[in-house]
Amino acid sequence: MKYTRRNFLKLGGSAVLGAVMLPQFLQAHAPNSQEGIAAILSNFGVDKSDLQKVITAALEKGGDYADLFFENSFYNSLTLMDGAVNRASSSIDFGMGVRVLKGDQTGYAYVEDINLENMLKAARTASAIASGNTRKLSLSVNEKKFPAYYSAKNDWRDITIPQKAPYLQKLNDAIFKADTRVVKASVFLSDSTSIIMFYNSEGTFYTDYRPMVVLGANCTMEQEGKRESGAANRAYRHGFEFMTDDVVNLLAKESVDLTSKMFEAVKPDGGEIPVVMGAGGSGILLHEAIGHAFEADFNRKNISIFSDKLNKKVCDEHISVVDDGTIVNNRGAVSIDDEGAEGQKTYIVKDGILTSYLHDRISAKHYGVAPTGNGRRESFRNMPIPRMRVTYMENGNVSEQDIISSVKKGIYVKQFTNGQVNIGAGDFTFFVKLGYLIEDGKLTQPIKDINIIGNGPKALADITMVANNLELDNGGWTCGKDGQSCPVTQGMPSALVKKLTVGGK
Amino acid sequence: MISNEHKKIAQQAMEFALKNGAQACRVNISASTNTSFEMRDTQLDRLEQASENGMSIELYVDGRYGSVSSNKLNKEDIERLIKNGIDATRFLAEDPFRKLPDPLRYYKGESPDLQLIDNKQNSILPDEKLTLAKSVINDVYGTDNRIISTESSYSDGDYFTYKITSNGFEGESGSTWYSLGGSVALKGEGDARPAGYWYESAIYFDLLNKTNIGKTALERGLKKLGQKKIKSGKYPMILDNLSSGRLLSPMINALSGGALQQKSSFLLDKLGEKIGSDKFTLIDNPHIVKASGARYFDYEGIATQKRTVYEKGILKTYFIDTYNALKMNTQPTISGASLLEMELGQKDFNRMLKDIKSGIYVTGFNGGNSNGTTGDFSFGIEGFLIENGELTQPINEMNITGNMVSLWANLAEVGNDPRLTSSWRIPSLLFNNVDFSGL
Repeated sequence: MKYTRRNFLKLGGSAVLGAVMLPQFLQAHAPNSQEGIAAILSNFGVDKSDLQKVITAALEKGGDYADLFFENSFYNSLTLMDGAVNRASSSIDFGMGVRVLKGDQTGYAYVEDINLENMLKAARTASAIASGNTRKLSLSVNEKKFPAYYSAKNDWRDITIPQKAPYLQKLNDAIFKADTRVVKASVFLSDSTSIIMFYNSEGTFYTDYRPMVVLGANCTMEQEGKRESGAANRAYRHGFEFMTDDVVNLLAKESVDLTSKMFEAVKPDGGEIPVVMGAGGSGILLHEAIGHAFEADFNRKNISIFSDKLNKKVCDEHISVVDDGTIVNNRGAVSIDDEGAEGQKTYIVKDGILTSYLHDRISAKHYGVAPTGNGRRESFRNMPIPRMRVTYMENGNVSEQDIISSVKKGIYVKQFTNGQVNIGAGDFTFFVKLGYLIEDGKLTQPIKDINIIGNGPKALADITMVANNLELDNGGWTCGKDGQSCPVTQGMPSALVKKLTVGGK
Repeated sequence: MISNEHKKIAQQAMEFALKNGAQACRVNISASTNTSFEMRDTQLDRLEQASENGMSIELYVDGRYGSVSSNKLNKEDIERLIKNGIDATRFLAEDPFRKLPDPLRYYKGESPDLQLIDNKQNSILPDEKLTLAKSVINDVYGTDNRIISTESSYSDGDYFTYKITSNGFEGESGSTWYSLGGSVALKGEGDARPAGYWYESAIYFDLLNKTNIGKTALERGLKKLGQKKIKSGKYPMILDNLSSGRLLSPMINALSGGALQQKSSFLLDKLGEKIGSDKFTLIDNPHIVKASGARYFDYEGIATQKRTVYEKGILKTYFIDTYNALKMNTQPTISGASLLEMELGQKDFNRMLKDIKSGIYVTGFNGGNSNGTTGDFSFGIEGFLIENGELTQPINEMNITGNMVSLWANLAEVGNDPRLTSSWRIPSLLFNNVDFSGL
């Protein structure tokens, strides 16, 4: 069942990443967009007239609109454990989905074995959302051009294990070298390449090429009979050019630093206290406290706590918040969404006013506005719904030091693992992996493993200071909603929230 | 259903792998279908239908281990996949601990049917399904002016799998499932729209509880109105059978061979030690017929058996698969729990509640996490303040924080009321001395 709780999980390690990958797979039937439309059509074993026939069948019961979403994805994963790169896996996913809309209503069906007969059957299943008569259709096929916000110089499908493995080994060695207390380390590299083809009843046709990579490290240390673990990841829409010694060294340092800090860390006293959100990872506050509640499906259904707040003041007038699909090679970048809307940058809060919800096709039509490019799906098995991309707050005008100095007793939080929100009640949470106590305006003892809970509108209104140090957290975030996972990013300059409820003793 | 065609594909894949360089392999093929009808107020909102197939092949090549999977099951694509997989595996470091299990440990296939398949599934008409989804809405639609929106969902499906290994295992399993649920969003204080939900699930259509779902969702929502946070402090905490499993998860995850081998389990080297209170007895009981979670073999084909996990608080077993057992030089057990049952107490939730002078009833969790290496946890919660056995104030926006070991050492009472449709049959639980943070 799907309810209004939204999970937001960080990729904590190889266990979470089910599909890890192998080398030079399957070039034989794997075109990319450079190879042109003919090659992509042939990869899916269809021609343009098939597309038109399937759309016609999809609308034969009187649906308003239909689209076809084809996907061929290639996943590789490579894992190092106990010092050796000794596990690899590869996976192929292939199929197409048919969606039919009638007003706000959706019919959806998909097939894995793509041929005209199966597609027509799926189209007729989805068509049953409507119950009327066939309309006369005249279908053209117009290829849509759009700016690409990601590409891969070195396509993952051309990269072999011997090219990848040395980076994993170097990362492992750097972790052990960094600290003698390290007893275990594991490293994983996941890459994927998705070929997308889309056609709808308005005649729009596009193809997209979507690379992705996640590199992650986990380490466990022992000290005086106690053990602590820490993880670090980076994720981008990049090809093999992503792999450098710099990213290896960065992840080694981050995972070791986090783990060693955990030994010193304590639990704070629980209760309502001021929280300084450190730049970068704290974007999770935006994602949970307001981002989900701004997704237009919840608002058109009137079940979001922000349903009556469009064009109203929701926070300090110096605050602007953006959901942006145009950051080049970012994990949350969207060149074109999964229903044909181009990638774009959307102000959701401008100068303290709630200016836009995040729309899919259904909600844009409902509100009579242009789509914002947020209609995304996990795969061909799912219908698109409004999802975030890269969500961040724009810079303020004070320094982080000014903010910390202003707090007599509170906490400073920097690293997070997961969060969640109740869209209607507005309660949101995020789990702090590492932070610090603030005593008399100074950071003192580290704190760890505590949950923070607040209420979206209140927390937003309680942001009283914003620093000028915006950072994005490129740590491989995945958002869950309605059973669909979606890659996202968030970011934030350091900011003060007057009070949130902090878990503790 | 697994067809003979599926079996042939799996067998041919295994033969091809063995002929082309793999010395051993395990092949798993799966087939599933699902249907769902979602209503929003009086209108059908979403209709979804699908069926899918997939195959995975684990390859043991020259002392190395790799795996491939695909949902393209035609011969040409599969053969290319396997060949590429074998070539790729040869580039890996050797791993002497990667071996198929000892065939003596495999399930031999002579046990009675677990009865997890409802043959009626294909005969239930779409209209009947839609009517059920509508009935959840009709329960409550228009009955209370605080209702903003009502949603319901009927879904059903099946999942089948067929597994073979090159050292002689062959096994098939499958189950049907049904689910019916609803949620009601309500006008709360200010802009808040708290929601209540309820769902029922079953393996057999005729056993699915189809009544009072909307009403229960509405009641659960209405009770939440007026939620606020209360003073921080140590309180006794009671959980009902819908939420109690959440706090058990970290105590099960910490027993997995992978976590133990990577030294990232807070229960490493604790076998035979007292971890929980005397009230904490938990059994993995995999062979109950018509029960969710029941199975005769795990992902490796190893025969499941009844195992005591915790006995009066003492840790009795780990869940260790073949690979991690070889790595740790210990005996393998099974890769994971199947169907967990707790030794039950005397009272149901309501009678347990009556005896609580002052405490908190936690009805749901909101985010939070548990550190697998240390057992430290912190979760967001909502629920009710209990005074003299009565629920006196709905609460929310609070956290509970502590360590798993001390939490379970403080397990004070176990109810007699597990949800029998769940594969984790965990009843209402009462814990003492839990740290709540609020005001």
